[in-house]
Amino acid sequence: MNPNNYLYLSALLFTIGAIGVVVRRNAIVVFMCVELMLNAANLAFVTFSRINGTLDGQVTAFFTMVVAACEVVVGLAIIVAIYRSRRSASVDDASLLKR
Amino acid sequence: MVIQTPEAVMFWILAPLAVISALGMLLVKKAVHSALLLAWVMITLAIFYIAQEALFLGIVQIVVYTGAVMMLFLFILMLVGVDSSDSLTETIKGLRPIAITAAIGFGGLMVSLIGRATLGRDAIGLEAANADGNVQGLARLLFSDYVWPFEVVSALLITAALGAMVLAHHERTIARPSQRESAIARFRTGSLASAAGLPGPGVFARHNAVDVPALLPDGTPAPTSISATLKARGDMLESSQFQLDVVDTTVVEEK
Repeated sequence: MNPNNYLYLSALLFTIGAIGVVVRRNAIVVFMCVELMLNAANLAFVTFSRINGTLDGQVTAFFTMVVAACEVVVGLAIIVAIYRSRRSASVDDASLLKR
Repeated sequence: MVIQTPEAVMFWILAPLAVISALGMLLVKKAVHSALLLAWVMITLAIFYIAQEALFLGIVQIVVYTGAVMMLFLFILMLVGVDSSDSLTETIKGLRPIAITAAIGFGGLMVSLIGRATLGRDAIGLEAANADGNVQGLARLLFSDYVWPFEVVSALLITAALGAMVLAHHERTIARPSQRESAIARFRTGSLASAAGLPGPGVFARHNAVDVPALLPDGTPAPTSISATLKARGDMLESSQFQLDVVDTTVVEEK
């Protein structure tokens, strides 16, 4: 087996996450799909680190995890704030600017 | 570098499982099920990290992602309502076929790119870089070449924590009524009968449950002694069936 297989898996997971972001309408599920995309990118970083024989890829993946954690905290706070005022967690309902 | 058979076996077992649960995340209706499937995908990714000589990242993946982040997601799901299931009908016409076609195109592009790209050499592996241990190697990089990004990331963390606090902060628009104000309001608005508090439920010594209205001194039942929820559900019992002449009070003779 070649380490490239991990890269194929990473591309596949990223694509699935991207479909989820576009297709699903519950804001929390959309958010989880974004997390899946970030994780897929992390897997690619770790694999490249192994292919290149240096740890820089792993450091980058570590930073990605920190940024993802920040993003989750702020994003979920926004979802809760929207839910408080509109009683819905669907991304279609937050369309106040449209009208 | 040649990958040994055990890792290949692990990959071919776990990778399809990860892909299936990621697809399931898209297809299941309930957000909680999506969260559990995502947690499984993250655990498989942690195993892949550990298999790829990234021990520290594998542990961090489990602690931070499946531990902290997924718990946060589940907390928010509890707040928003666990049974808030997504209707899977599409609101924008033709969105789904377009999205899937675009995704297949993108995925095909990525896969063919990875398939065609050649490095011109074999993969090196991390035996040399991890010679002093994975954590030590990462720490050496983090506190030498990557000190500046590390500091910036710490600023980002503090900003995110502050942002979450600001977003979650909830200002009262009307001041909370004081005890004195609510006492005055009780005497001014309601009837004087309820001013001193509502009677408790139950026919004393006969049936003392919360679903039986209490009896007033003149023997009539007091419906105000029953919780409004029980009344609305129709769980209120008639207190007349517990009257002394109705209930069988004969003492059974012991043998």
